[in-house]
Amino acid sequence: MTPTAPAAESKTLEVNLGPQHPSTHGVFRMVATLDGETIVKLKPVFGYLHRNHEQIGEGITYVASFPFTDRLDYFNAMSNNFGLALAIEKLGGIQASERGEHLRVIMAELTRLVNHTAVTGFLLNDMGAFGTPLLYAFREREKILDLFEAASGSRMMCNYVRPGGVREDVPEEWLQRARQIVDGYPAFLDEFERLLTENEIVQQRTKQVGILPKELAINAGVTGPMLRASGVNYDIRKVDGYSLYPKLQFKVPLGTVGDVYDRYYVRILEMRESIKILQQLLKSVPGGPALSPKGVAISKAPRTFKPPKGDAYGRLEAPKGELGFYLVSDGSPQPYRYHVRAPSFINLTVLEDMCLGHKVADVIIILGSVDIVLGEVDR
Amino acid sequence: MLPAVEELKSTLAQQLPGVSLTVEGTALIVPAKDLLAVCRLLKDTDQFRCDYVANLTAVDYLANAASGEAGRLQMIYQLYSMAQKHGPVTLKVNLPRQQPVVASVTPLWRAAEFQEREVYDLYGVNFEGHPDLRRILMWDEFVGHPMRKDYVPEDQNVL
Repeated sequence: MTPTAPAAESKTLEVNLGPQHPSTHGVFRMVATLDGETIVKLKPVFGYLHRNHEQIGEGITYVASFPFTDRLDYFNAMSNNFGLALAIEKLGGIQASERGEHLRVIMAELTRLVNHTAVTGFLLNDMGAFGTPLLYAFREREKILDLFEAASGSRMMCNYVRPGGVREDVPEEWLQRARQIVDGYPAFLDEFERLLTENEIVQQRTKQVGILPKELAINAGVTGPMLRASGVNYDIRKVDGYSLYPKLQFKVPLGTVGDVYDRYYVRILEMRESIKILQQLLKSVPGGPALSPKGVAISKAPRTFKPPKGDAYGRLEAPKGELGFYLVSDGSPQPYRYHVRAPSFINLTVLEDMCLGHKVADVIIILGSVDIVLGEVDR
Repeated sequence: MLPAVEELKSTLAQQLPGVSLTVEGTALIVPAKDLLAVCRLLKDTDQFRCDYVANLTAVDYLANAASGEAGRLQMIYQLYSMAQKHGPVTLKVNLPRQQPVVASVTPLWRAAEFQEREVYDLYGVNFEGHPDLRRILMWDEFVGHPMRKDYVPEDQNVL
């Protein structure tokens, strides 16, 4: 007698990943439908950290919003401040002082180093290399956070950039220290890359995983390193040429495949470009006030600042992508409308497309490579 | 390079007869029923090639008794081109505050998917043709649209 094979039964299973899970980088939930171990459907759920940031912004003066923007993407307070400052300057026709402009571009690029270093560490954590790569990353990040603390008084919630420049000037010793840290950074990156870039396990886990095709990336409004890893040459620092960027020499690194590995490697290359930018800027920081006279007036008496009726959209290349602030003024000291275009919120649109057909363990590293911060996604 | 907004208006009006566009500042005001036609033209013609919706949001204007202005919800679309590296083209659509309905642009640009859900959630605009119109930041059982100017928080006396 030959045993008959039992008919294979196919059942899908719905699994909740998060919201309370370390690999979701905060309170983020994914409802995944699995066929065996393969993802057939995945819906992101968020809003657990929603505090209606935009409504808060409409109830206070323009300058009073700065401390709140620190909490959007809490890894990159400096570039969030910078983004809001750009939008307010556009709305009110304010010029930044030369020294202030230099200092805030330095801060924005330092922030990029902080973000990309940390996110690479977290990505390795997601891959199962618990602790060690993350601590290598955090060791370096802490040096830059010390710089932020010396300049602004806070490691992460900097509240430093203002329309017209920056809040506090920095002494010459600070610039000296910044030069030292920036000059030492390539050595760290070499060490980091020696551990990771050619690492067989990293390559096995990340190559050909979570591919984001070029056309989809553009259509879905993906920005930042994720877009460039898919091979689209779009960097707002180059396209808009805001602030000092037209004067600076740097390249825009591009990926070819658009998988997790490319996203990792584009970030490493972007850090090397940021170091070049920082070295150019730190060579000579012009003297003069850190905040232009109009900026001082706005910061000292925020209620006297009443921009003319109208609207303005200010955007910049934040470490995670296009960070935009849309402001509508009705002629009063408070914005009539205050909207934040958060890069990691919109980058999540393609999460399902990247995960379909992959295994559960891959979903975690694909999410890690998107680089989300829930403070910004939920607002 | 993109033409100035007046020129843009006449170019669009030439190619889309019957669509009445008005200029407001640097933005084009588009009637709600013609939004998709205008968007499609901006996306598909080589001159514009607006392949990227950077920012999509709404503003709530209450009725003004003093000037007799009626209340409205205004949709704002900021379109850029990644292929030609120009932009923005700003489109604005005025909608009534009661039961605002506008065509969804998600079939053209996936970028609008979450942003339209956010506007639906916080302002209560209905997007016709959106594949998955649900609340996104507030929970599903929530009643009301908190970003509307006349929204009253229910727990304002709670310390």
